Amino acid sequence: MNTYYNPDDLAKFATIGEEASALWDAFLAYYGPVMADGALTAREKALIALAVSHSEMCPYCIDSYTQTLLSMGVDEEEMTEAIHVAAAMKAGITLVHGVQMKNVVDKLEQ
Amino acid sequence: MDMKEQFRELSSIPAFQSKFTDPAVAKTDAMNVLQINVGRMCNLACKHCHVEAGPNRTEVMSREVMEACLKAYTNWGFETIDITGGAPEMNPDFRWFVEECCKICKHVIVRSNMVILLEEGYTDIPELYAKNKVELFVSLPHYKAKKTNRQRGDMVFERSIEVLKKLNALGYGKDPELVLNMVYNPGGAFFPPDQTTMEKEYKEILGRDYGIVFNNLFCITNNPIGRFGAFLVSSGNFEGYMKKLYDAFNPATLENMMCRFQVSVRWDGELYDCDFNQAADMKVTTKDTIFDIAEKPYEPRTIYFDKHCYACTAGAGSSCGGTTEA
Repeated sequence: MNTYYNPDDLAKFATIGEEASALWDAFLAYYGPVMADGALTAREKALIALAVSHSEMCPYCIDSYTQTLLSMGVDEEEMTEAIHVAAAMKAGITLVHGVQMKNVVDKLEQ
Repeated sequence: MDMKEQFRELSSIPAFQSKFTDPAVAKTDAMNVLQINVGRMCNLACKHCHVEAGPNRTEVMSREVMEACLKAYTNWGFETIDITGGAPEMNPDFRWFVEECCKICKHVIVRSNMVILLEEGYTDIPELYAKNKVELFVSLPHYKAKKTNRQRGDMVFERSIEVLKKLNALGYGKDPELVLNMVYNPGGAFFPPDQTTMEKEYKEILGRDYGIVFNNLFCITNNPIGRFGAFLVSSGNFEGYMKKLYDAFNPATLENMMCRFQVSVRWDGELYDCDFNQAADMKVTTKDTIFDIAEKPYEPRTIYFDKHCYACTAGAGSSCGGTTEA
């Protein structure tokens, strides 16, 4: 079945550098150190990345970071909690925008 | 289709021998470790077991083969005897064999699933280990009950904790002469984590939750043969896992590949370069048996490689003693 998302395409990610190699190199030079051990561990950062992958709904990133985390010894329970953080933020962000709705209602209703 | 055929059909992954040019890599070096698989009987039937051991297996090493192992140890001047299985304790001559090994060798290792030591007829063995100062390698795939039990069976984690407490009480993990090592292996088609990080985590959590101490944690990459190989094939993960192993090839692991320093003996005396080759029945290229090497001098031999060898050279490398990166 044809689909816009093909798992094999993940391996083609580096082809994005073909027409703009300097920008691609700059991206990699940034991305690598961001994900490495720092004040946060690489493991904590990968869990954040997994949560963001879900909130941004990127199947490439979900596949990649799930595999990365399994190889770091992180289990499904921990990954599920990270996804709940993303989900709770989404819910909270949606609800807090309700204040905008209330502001409009307050302004317009007699 | 056996794994040899699976590897042959996997044309997207080049032969392991294509990854090095130095002919010395394909030859054995000093023979330090005599690894002896005393049988495939086991009280467990773990999902990842490359030996495909279990309660229904009947292959058991005879005393005649054990005697040849003892002769070969002295003849070739090994430094370590590494006893494995199955559950090695289930061999009827196990107690005798351990004591004989310890008479001639200062470094005897036994690889135990631990929970056998709670079964009727085996509860005396921890004391036998301590008396003979046997170094133990015990399997605990995770410090969480759910993960260990998923791989090894119901209540295996809880029973393992009981045995670990008993081993600690005997001095294992505390007395410098009673070394207690744990083995971690991934619960699926992915790589093990960094060994140092995982050891720290194991020590912290097992110490905090159960008061357990141990010496080292060794992280082992699952080898794509045996029961784990069958899982890879049936779940559609075989090619992907092999590609991951291939992509993670690290030339710095070649120097310390375990096959260069050991020979592995099967229950019937057949010889292999490692326990993985043994499980896949890829015999030493000389076709010698334990009875041959008990009599003749050691000469370096050409190692038998196949694509499963990428599991020993991926990332930080893997062996029966953990990572191998030089």
